[in-house]
Amino acid sequence: MTGFPVFRPIFRPVAEHGVLVEFGDRIDAAAHGAVLALDRALALRPFAGFVEAVPAYVNLLVRFDPLTTDHATVEVALRGLLDVVGSAPVGQVHGVDVVYDGPDLEAVAQACGLTVEGVIAAHLAGEYQVALYGFAPGYAYLSGVPQVLRLPRKDAAVRGVAAGSVIIAAGQCIVTTLTMPTGWWIIGHSPTVILDANGPRPFLFDVGDRVQFRRVSA
Amino acid sequence: MRAVLSIRFAGPHVSVQDAGRPGFARFGVPQSGAMDRLALAAALGVLGQPGGAAVEVSLGGLHLECLEGEVSFAMAGGGFIVDHAGQKGGSWQVATLRAGQRLTVRRGPWGAWCYLACAGVLQVPEWLGSRATHSQSGLGGGRLETGGRLVVEGARIVPDLAIPCPTFARPLVQVRAVLGPQDRFFDADQIAVLQGAFWRLSAAYDRMGVRLDGPRLTVAGALDMPSEPVARGSVQVAGDGVATVLLADHQTTGGYPKIATVLDADLDRFAQARPGDGFRIALVTAEQAVQGARLAARQRGAWLGGLTSLQMQR
Repeated sequence: MTGFPVFRPIFRPVAEHGVLVEFGDRIDAAAHGAVLALDRALALRPFAGFVEAVPAYVNLLVRFDPLTTDHATVEVALRGLLDVVGSAPVGQVHGVDVVYDGPDLEAVAQACGLTVEGVIAAHLAGEYQVALYGFAPGYAYLSGVPQVLRLPRKDAAVRGVAAGSVIIAAGQCIVTTLTMPTGWWIIGHSPTVILDANGPRPFLFDVGDRVQFRRVSA
Repeated sequence: MRAVLSIRFAGPHVSVQDAGRPGFARFGVPQSGAMDRLALAAALGVLGQPGGAAVEVSLGGLHLECLEGEVSFAMAGGGFIVDHAGQKGGSWQVATLRAGQRLTVRRGPWGAWCYLACAGVLQVPEWLGSRATHSQSGLGGGRLETGGRLVVEGARIVPDLAIPCPTFARPLVQVRAVLGPQDRFFDADQIAVLQGAFWRLSAAYDRMGVRLDGPRLTVAGALDMPSEPVARGSVQVAGDGVATVLLADHQTTGGYPKIATVLDADLDRFAQARPGDGFRIALVTAEQAVQGARLAARQRGAWLGGLTSLQMQR
């Protein structure tokens, strides 16, 4: 295994309860890898007063209890972890079933200059990684949508898009978990349960995990 | 004993809340929970039910009727007008609602949120270990809807009590914030504007956040940053220069720069301000923020402890 590049992150205070650890200001694989590695190290060896960590593309928000610790102490603890942190963890791979029956399939095909089957083949060929969560509970932003399917969002959001919709925009894909508005393109739906609030592990993916889509019929 | 309350009217944004569901932000789930956590803790603490759930009443108000049984309730938060069985009172009290009696809570001289806790167990669903309602999805204990019902199992009766409203439960005219984490997107003169301006809460105010009326803040350079984690209290500036303070049901990540973050220790008081109310932002260092949070926690802890013993002595 090759050595992990030495990152010198910037630590930025967030109110009285957080430190944003920043590994870069542009989306790139090395910065994201560093975020995932620190996130993993923190989960294994949390410092006293650790509350939670929220990973994103290039930074990790580390929240702490200000009654127990403070920014300077947390920064020392995080630097200590960075000194011993390993390479970015290899995320678990999850298979996610898709029925390609979305109302926007035709429009996506037209916009990308493909046939509907071409869109499906391209979507299935992507190598997806959970980059971060956002927008709504369980909305995992999957990076890795093939270049040929890169479309901007629609001009206007559509309301009441059902949970389980497979949507794409701006090089990313989400399998929705709630009925919510979206301005992304709906290419299908998934019977795979991503959010099961009553399960022992409510969310199927963690940030950094990988996703392989599988085509199924309705 | 069981008490059944009919919801004769519930305004928008009236929902069940508790202290919230921490620890799921990495999965896109905000903590949610009471907008004013001190007032929630007071209403629950005085009934000896810390950690429980209560009804969060918005400026839209609430009108209940007890259909069956009887149950004591505690109210805390804001300066709402409470009409209980024909008796007018305020939103800081413990009383008992009996079959046939009505309870009306409506906006009063000040405050944006008040809490109605029932002595007993409110029969509402949990979601991800908490009964706090996530406003966008309605998951958790849920919104109160006109025509619905509230059921309290194990309903108890406790003596009436007036709860003193402490000064530190009132809205702030100056909220403290720590600069950043994306202050680098703003020139020094814009930071000066943030501190110098008199801000007002706009009518665009819900459990996700509140847009501010005031000067537009200019974002330096292209607005091109990867989505980053955000916090309750983040002051984010959108492309149009309008500042928004994110609140209990905020999205967990976002792509707008955050010029500053309001201290969590000041957010309960901030949430009691109403659209049109004004305030200033005072920037403090991270060290001052921690010291301020510790001081506030001691003050609040001592007061809440005193409330609990107040009820025990009865």
